[in-house]
Parts: sequence; structure tokens; C-alpha cells
Amino acid sequence: MQNAKDLKEYRCEMQESLDNTFLRQALDTFAVAYRGSRAKAFAGFDINRLVADVAAAKDAVLPRLDELFREFKKNAEAAGVTVHFAKDADEANAIIIRIAQETGSHKIIKSKSMTAEETLLNHALEDQGLEVTETDLGEFIIQLRHEGPSHMVMPAIHLSRHQVGDLFTDVTGARQEPDIDRLVKVARRELRAKFIDADMGITGANFAITETGAIGLVTNEGNARLVTTLPRVHVALLGIDKLVPTLEDALKILKVLPRNATGQNITSYVTWITGANECASAPGRKKDIHFVVLDNGRLEMAKDPLFSQVFRCVRCGACANVCPVYRLVGGHKMGHIYIGAIGLILTYFFHGPDKAKNLVQNCINCEACKDVCAGGIDLPRLIKQVHVRIQDTKGHPLPSLLLGQVLKNRKLFHTLLRSAKWAQKPVAGSDGFMRHLPMMFFKEHDFKALPTIAETPFRDRWPGLRMEVAKPRVKIGLFSGCVQDFVYPEQMEAAVRLFADHQVGMTFPLSQSCCGLPLQMMGEAKTSRDVALQNIRAFAQEDVDHIVTLCASCASHLKHNYPVLLADDPKLADQARVFAAKVIDFSSFTHDILGLQAKDFTGDGRRATFHSPCHLCRGLGVHDAPRDLIRAAGLEYKEAAESEVCCGFGGTFSAKFPELSAELLKKKLDNVELTGAEILLTDCPGCIMQLRGGLKKRGSQILVQHTAEALACRRKDK
Amino acid sequence: MTMTGDKDRRTDLCSRFTEKATAVSAVVRQIATINDAFAYCANLCGTGQEKIIAAPGLESSHYDLLADQCGKNGLTCINSGMRGHLSGVDIGFTMADIGIAETGTLVINCPGEELRLATMLCEYHICVLPCSKIVRDAFAADQQLRTYMRKAPNYTAFITGASRTADIERVLALGVHGPLELHILLLED
Repeated sequence: MQNAKDLKEYRCEMQESLDNTFLRQALDTFAVAYRGSRAKAFAGFDINRLVADVAAAKDAVLPRLDELFREFKKNAEAAGVTVHFAKDADEANAIIIRIAQETGSHKIIKSKSMTAEETLLNHALEDQGLEVTETDLGEFIIQLRHEGPSHMVMPAIHLSRHQVGDLFTDVTGARQEPDIDRLVKVARRELRAKFIDADMGITGANFAITETGAIGLVTNEGNARLVTTLPRVHVALLGIDKLVPTLEDALKILKVLPRNATGQNITSYVTWITGANECASAPGRKKDIHFVVLDNGRLEMAKDPLFSQVFRCVRCGACANVCPVYRLVGGHKMGHIYIGAIGLILTYFFHGPDKAKNLVQNCINCEACKDVCAGGIDLPRLIKQVHVRIQDTKGHPLPSLLLGQVLKNRKLFHTLLRSAKWAQKPVAGSDGFMRHLPMMFFKEHDFKALPTIAETPFRDRWPGLRMEVAKPRVKIGLFSGCVQDFVYPEQMEAAVRLFADHQVGMTFPLSQSCCGLPLQMMGEAKTSRDVALQNIRAFAQEDVDHIVTLCASCASHLKHNYPVLLADDPKLADQARVFAAKVIDFSSFTHDILGLQAKDFTGDGRRATFHSPCHLCRGLGVHDAPRDLIRAAGLEYKEAAESEVCCGFGGTFSAKFPELSAELLKKKLDNVELTGAEILLTDCPGCIMQLRGGLKKRGSQILVQHTAEALACRRKDK
Repeated sequence: MTMTGDKDRRTDLCSRFTEKATAVSAVVRQIATINDAFAYCANLCGTGQEKIIAAPGLESSHYDLLADQCGKNGLTCINSGMRGHLSGVDIGFTMADIGIAETGTLVINCPGEELRLATMLCEYHICVLPCSKIVRDAFAADQQLRTYMRKAPNYTAFITGASRTADIERVLALGVHGPLELHILLLED
């Protein structure tokens, strides 16, 4: 639940999770185990195709939503169901209370429903004096603890067997040992009695099939089967996003949902209910059955050109499973009611900007969620867009506005960077790091050493480096990004030396500026667009085959976001597409285009490992190129565990959430050190800043370099 | 398709079904005749104990045979009155309508409450699946499933393995609400 007033309070709340050793261990184990079981469940399938099938099936619903709802209602009612429409949470709860009253129901049993969590249904029912019992084991546990779920599929993942044992001891009045099998049997016994006595059963639904008016429920425990069979009344509460035209559509989703959620091929039970089934405890042996279809912001979302893709969400929870921030702080902090990446978005639509305002900033933009989403939703983009909307209505914070103003004006920005070189003199060490941090930083930023601004930026070195290549085999424009221009110009120089050996014609347009990603991260949409245009214009006059950048984040942003940022203007959108098509990252260019191989290098056999930047592996889908190059350069390559998990930099994220950034970095460096490598390579200057700063603080001797530097110094005939 | 091709295909589906069902802790056995199923059921209970076997969905000739077998072993067999046994029965004995090889799933069309409850309230669920009813995946059963769902009211259950939970520390535990064990008897037909 989100109750923090501001970011500071939110950070304090997260510190509690960071200090919770059990939670940290549980989520760590889960994050690693999940990857393996998911891969196993999808073995032999083309995941991208299955995801595309889900996306297409759900997208097709959007323009027909009204019609499909009418058809569903007609078919369900013909089969004996009463179908209700609720515009918001209160209305849904009121309808269900009314059904309870009209049917004289006092005892209610429930199976797991995120939609009922969304409407806070239990509280509403209990306020009416009704007895409500959750029967899903995890929900039963958190209900007894008066908590919300901390994961959409595993609501009690934050609790240990000892905590559950103590809880069940209180509930049963008899000592219960922390033995999981026994605790499960205790719940079986306790709940069986509740099933027998209940008047009404409440479920959610995973599918509402319009062609038959049937609903589908996907469960493991079998409690939903009892909930829908024993009591004389059944109410299913479901979001209108659960509508699908046909059974085939539902089966497409079913093929992905359990595999993506828990790595199961299918859940133990999938239950398809059409109409008022036989029920011996009901008058006339016929179940009194109601479907309550909930809007609560969904219809607005369906009409939104960007956010309508949220309808593709099948509530598998995978976006939390892979989120490095969720892994650190758990669902109570990384969500309000809905959890993980999708939770950040749904909270805004279902529970309003106040609940979403802090939460939505807690995305490190590593794209792990987008990569795993069962519906192919562009979650990081939507999260940023929610941030933009909140800032546009609630006002932009000053640092964010200032950043926008500065970055919009390249000359001002670069002048500031140049003067920072002088301003840092009193604290700059001779080793390229700040000796201590200036007062403007707080002590929580002290987990890594920060680099100094370079003596001479790359743009000033370029005139001395440029050379005419008579017959270039390929012509490229170099895009440096701010960090390599002003902090690590030597990385650019290394690439230039390497490329020069291979007849690459190079240009470096001086009017290029920051790529604009930091603005995007701060929710400054307008200036982000201005900066994009500036860069596109800077390269428009250049006759180049490729635009090469050594920064994976810049590459991914230039390639994927520029066409979107300029999509509102057809002419500019065309230019953006041409520009984006030319953008390529360093390793892909060197490996795929130049085709450099072992014969081009003299190796020294030193052991190296690679940190895969988020925007390289997921943003650009590049996995093998840098590793192949490292081997080709004659280094002994050793893969680190979780090499594709975020290092915790995330640009402005590390400034906003230093505690989280530090924890992610710690894990990353532990895994790097375990490889025994002497050299840590990566393809992004932001990651280098983070990794180098962290290793420096550890007093480690591991050399952190850009892959370009490692290759350049092992060139043959250099 | 040739007879041999057809037979290979069926063997392939059977073995795929067995592999997938076994992977989710179902016990899968091949049987030659339906009588083997009744014997299996009676043997699973042992003899001379006060055990209840619920088999509400069986056609009457089959039910009589099962009841007979149970009687010999001193077991009680019922085909109605499940609401009188809400705290549970020992064995639920059912026939599957479809088997889905891709996931090792049983499909049971059970609009009748007695049959439904027999699959939910038993400690052990024994289900006979004729090999001829195994299909490749759920999409291959689409027409059959639609037919069930169009004949409202309807309750169709996909059952894969025993009832399970991993809600405490993600440790797998079987039998949280439904059957503790699922036994599937593949009938060669």
C-alpha cells in the first residue's frame, strides 16, 4: 500500500524492506529460480509468437468492447447468470453487498481475486457485518494478518514458515510447528469447515468468453472449484478487460499465463463455468449466479492510444518476478495493490495520482519487465508516461525543470560541464575520481566513487584525431553521448583508433548533444522531444551509413524512442525513422559490420568478464557480439552469474534512490568478483561509472573498461 | 493416414501425455480393460477398512462392476449423496472426456454436482482416460469444448496433477484443498 507523503518518506519505507533479511533472501532465490523454470516451461515454443498471439487477441477486443460486453451479457443471461456492470469500486462492492442481502447470505468464502483486492471488497463486506473467508492459502494467511498481497500470484511470498506457524498457532489455539506440509493441512482442515457453512462464494475470473457467456478460472489449489460449487450463491467479480470473443482466444492466453507466471505448463485446475449450474443447496437445485463486470478506469484506458495496451495484461505477475527493484523491496513497497511494473501503471488508473506519484519514479528502466511481459506491453514507456502525466498535472519539481532548461540549450549545457571541470578542482583526485563528494550530495551517495570531469572533452580532441580515409569501406557518424564526451573521452578515442585501422570513414557532428534519456527518465517529455530533434538535425547533413555510439542507453533511446517522440509530425517522424535505422551500438558494429576476428588482435589471455547493459541486451537485443569480440581479442572470457541483470545505475534513478542503487551494485560486483576476472568490460559509460565507482570503494584491483578500450589496446600492428 | 501412422500418432500422444502428467506428480498406469481400473481402485484402498469410494459419473453397468469389486473388498461405494460426505471421501473414481497431451491434462465435463464434488472432495482421485481421447493440445479439443459450453449450464474442469500450493516459502505442497493424489489409468481402446 502507498501512503507515503513524499519521496523521502517512501525511501524510508523501502529501507525497512532492505533491512528485512528473510524477504531479501526469499526474493533473491525466487528471482533466480523463476528464470530457470520459465525457460523450461517455454522450451520448444516460440515465445515471441505466443506473446504476439496474446497481444493480437487482446488488441482486437479494444474497438469492440461495448459490443462484446453486450454479447457476453446476453449469452451469460440466457444461460441463467445475472450480469451487472459497475463503473467503479464502490459500485461493485455495493452490488455484491446487495446480492448478499437479497439472498440472505451471511457467510462468504472467496477464492483469490486481484479485482476484489482492487475494490477492497473484503472491507466493504465486513463493514456490513458479513463474515468473509479467503480460501486461497496465501490470501488466507494475509487476511489473518490484515495485510495486502505482496505478489499478484503468490500473495504471501514475504512471509516465512515460522511466521505462518505462529499465525496458525494463534488461529487454532494449538501449537503449530513451522513444517510446511503440516501447515498446509491445518489450512485444509480449517477451511473445509468454512466451505461447508458458506452461503455465498466469490471468485474473480481470468476469462469472460463472449461467444458462450462462460468464465474461466485458472487456479492451483482447487479452492475456486469448491467456492463455485458448494455455496448456493456465486458472484464472480471481473474487470471488463477480461472479455475475449472466443474460447480459442482464452486458450491462447492460457498457453502463456501459467508458463509466464510460475513456470508451470498449466495450473492444476482450469475451470470453465457457463450459466447457472446444478447446486443441491440452492432453491430448485439451481445456483444463483452473478457476474459483476468492473470498469474502474478501464474504459478510459481502452480509449487511450498509448495506454490501451494495458488491456493485454493477463495478471501473470512476471513483471515483478524479473524486476530488480521488486527483488530488493518486495510487493508492499513496489506496488499499491497491483504489484510490479504493471502495478506502477494500474495504480495511477485505478487508485489515482496520489497513490502513484512516488511509486512511478521507482523504475530503473532496465526493461526486464518489457522483455518478459506475456502481452508484450511496453511497460517502461508507460511508466514514464504516467510520470509525465502526474508531473504535468501536479507540477514539475525544480531539479527536473532545471535539467530540462539546461539540456534544451546545448551551448549552456556544455558550458556548464566545462565550468564543472574548474569547480571540481578542490575535490578532484589525481586518479580520475572525486576525493570526497561535494556538499550538494548526501551521504547515502557515498557507496561509489564518482569520476571527475575530463580535462579535455572528446569534442575538443576530435580535430586532432580525425583523419581522411581515401576509400572508406563504411562511413559512420560518431554519437558520443554526454558521459563519453565529457567524462570518459578516452573510450571514444579507443574506438576511433580501432575503427581507423579498418578503413572506417568517421565524422563527429559538433552540434550533437545529450541523447535526452535523462529527460525522459525525469518525466520531461517536451524537452526530451526538443533534444531529439536537435540531434537528428545534427546528423541530417552527414553522408553516413551508420551512426555508431558506445553508449547502449543512448543507442537504445536514439533507436527506439526518437521515432515515437516525433511521431506527432509526419515529416519529422520520417526523418527520425531514417536516423533511427542507422543507429548501431559499438559491439554490433564492430562484430557484425566490420567483422573483426581473432586475426585482428593479439591476445594476452587475461581473464575478463562482461556486464551486459540493460539497454544493450534487452533494449537492443544484443547478447553475443561483445562476448565474441572479447574472446576474439584473445582474452579468457568468463561469464558472470546474472550478467544481464541491471547494475543499479539507471541514470537519474541512482540519484533518486541511492540505497536501491547501492544494493543492486553490491550484487553485481559480488557476481563479478566470483568469476576471478581481472578485467570487467561493458558497453555503456553509465554502467562503467557505477561499476568502477563501486569497485574503487571496495579497494578492488579489477580493471573496468569499455569493450572498445580492451579491443583497441589489443589491436594487431597497433 | 495409414493405419500404422495412426497408431504411431496415438502411441506418441499417449507417451507425451504420460510424460507431462507424471512431471506434475500424477501416477499414470496403462490398463487393458475397464475391469483393471476397478481392480486398481479396490486395491488402492486395501481390504477390510471402512473406506468410501465415490463414483457418481459412471454408467450403470460400470458402476455395478465397481460396486461389486468394492463389496468384495469390504469397501463402500456410492454414486450419489456427495453432500452427505462434505468432510471428504477416500476415493473419487471418474472417467475423463478428453486428455490433453501437451500438458498432461484431464478434461472432465461435469455439470452434475455429484460428479464435480467427487473430483473435489476425495483424498485420491482415480480417473480413467481412454487413449483414443487424447489430443495434442487444448486447441485440438476446441470444438468439443465449445459443444460442452454451448449446452448451458455447464461446468468443465481441466485437471492437471493433484491440488497444489507453493504459497508458503514457494515450497510445493500437495493436497491443499482438493485430492492429495491423482491416479490416471490409460485405457487402451
